[in-house]
Amino acid sequence: MRKTIEVAGMLGWHDIRQAYRRSAIGQFWITLGMAVQITAMGIVFGSIFGAQGDDYVPFLAISIVIWTFMTETLKDGARAFISAESLIKQLPLDPAVHVLRVIWKNLVTFGHNFVLLPFVLIIFAVQLNASIFLFLPALILLIGNLIWMVALIGLASARFRDLPLIVASVLTIAFFVTPVMWFPELLPPQTAHFLLGYNPLYHLLQIVRLPLLGGVPTSANWLLSGAFLALGVALTIWAYSKFSKKIPFWL
Amino acid sequence: MAHLNLKNVSVDFPIFNATSRSLTSHLLQVATGGRLDKDAKGRVQVQALDGLNFEISDGERVGLLGHNGAGKSTLLRLLSGIYFPTEGSISIEGRVGSLIDMNLGIESEATGRENIFIRGMLLGLSKAEIRARLEEIIEFSELGDFLEMPVRTYSNGMYMRLAFSVATIMRPEILLMDEWLSVGDESFADKAQARLSEVVSETKILVLATHSRTLLERICTRAIWLEHGKVVMDGPVAEVAKSYFHK
Repeated sequence: MRKTIEVAGMLGWHDIRQAYRRSAIGQFWITLGMAVQITAMGIVFGSIFGAQGDDYVPFLAISIVIWTFMTETLKDGARAFISAESLIKQLPLDPAVHVLRVIWKNLVTFGHNFVLLPFVLIIFAVQLNASIFLFLPALILLIGNLIWMVALIGLASARFRDLPLIVASVLTIAFFVTPVMWFPELLPPQTAHFLLGYNPLYHLLQIVRLPLLGGVPTSANWLLSGAFLALGVALTIWAYSKFSKKIPFWL
Repeated sequence: MAHLNLKNVSVDFPIFNATSRSLTSHLLQVATGGRLDKDAKGRVQVQALDGLNFEISDGERVGLLGHNGAGKSTLLRLLSGIYFPTEGSISIEGRVGSLIDMNLGIESEATGRENIFIRGMLLGLSKAEIRARLEEIIEFSELGDFLEMPVRTYSNGMYMRLAFSVATIMRPEILLMDEWLSVGDESFADKAQARLSEVVSETKILVLATHSRTLLERICTRAIWLEHGKVVMDGPVAEVAKSYFHK
């Protein structure tokens, strides 16, 4: 297992290096790109939402950084095995290598974006409190969920090649129906229940972002995120016991 | 103690983008390939290996013969643990290593030094183990200062030297090869041949796919002749070579 993680870390890191290798500021384009995106969206949607400006920009910045991490991981995850075809057909690597490679690459990217957040919090004088300590357990719960989702979607995508495209479309829709750039409180209670109650991405987003905004996630947020993890892991273990040996034949 | 044991092993590939309809009229037996067939659900399948039974024990040097598409590569991948039998069972005792695709995992934008680490780790070495052997690899590859340059700036010969130097630091108990490797200009080629012979002599089992009679007779003690995924003949090199090459 230690070797699996070491190899996955090395490959994931090289994915990042590879993308930015001959540029002057290298992977800090990730950070810069995100800063530009947050500024632009902050100005446009901040003025649309008017008076809420001071609350809105930190909310938007944190939401976008977390949401980007979640969705980019899932999009890369759908191609986890497909894009590793040449490796899979030449080396008997543990399938976990390809899953953790995607996770690590996106975690590094997330780290580059995350450095923006302290500045935003200071500029907009967000009041943090003890709930900030919930951030780390929440992040771990999120990563746990992403691992099984990548493993499962990646496996299914190796067999059904429409799936990466479907995942991308679904995530585009999810961006609008999940409160990433709008406050969940703006929805009427009934719509909220219908739209958010069973949206796992919403609950995962809430547990990670609220501690950074001085808020506290509800117990429903925690429970659903945990239940999603338990169910997902069980499903993934079942799928791998049945199909993992078929991956090289599907590619 | 290295040992390979195949019991009634078959490997079928499902082909998902072929419509079975276009094949219903003729279930073809392609001239030089695996058999195209349909499974119970009517999906198209290629049967790459069909009911293989053999054992390979310590000290054996096995040559795999057969036309392109006879199943040699599939068998090598099966022995290296990439493919699993769709039917039957295989037991592999001993560390397996392969010198089949030396270019594997080499990134052209990364430097030679970085590539030594990438490739080494893919082969199952830890960072510490690679660091311990780095000097040896660098010296053998004769790349000098080019080691700090991106691999895309390398000449073909330099590229091969790098790939070869890393690939041959492993000493597997079961070695899989697809033809003999020859690399580089004259001076390096001699050194490479010596290194390769050393790797081969240290391995307990060698499985070598080849089309060359000279190579087969020089290296191997036993030959297995595959055709359409089945064993046509299995025995001492002299006998099998006689039937195969005089056909």
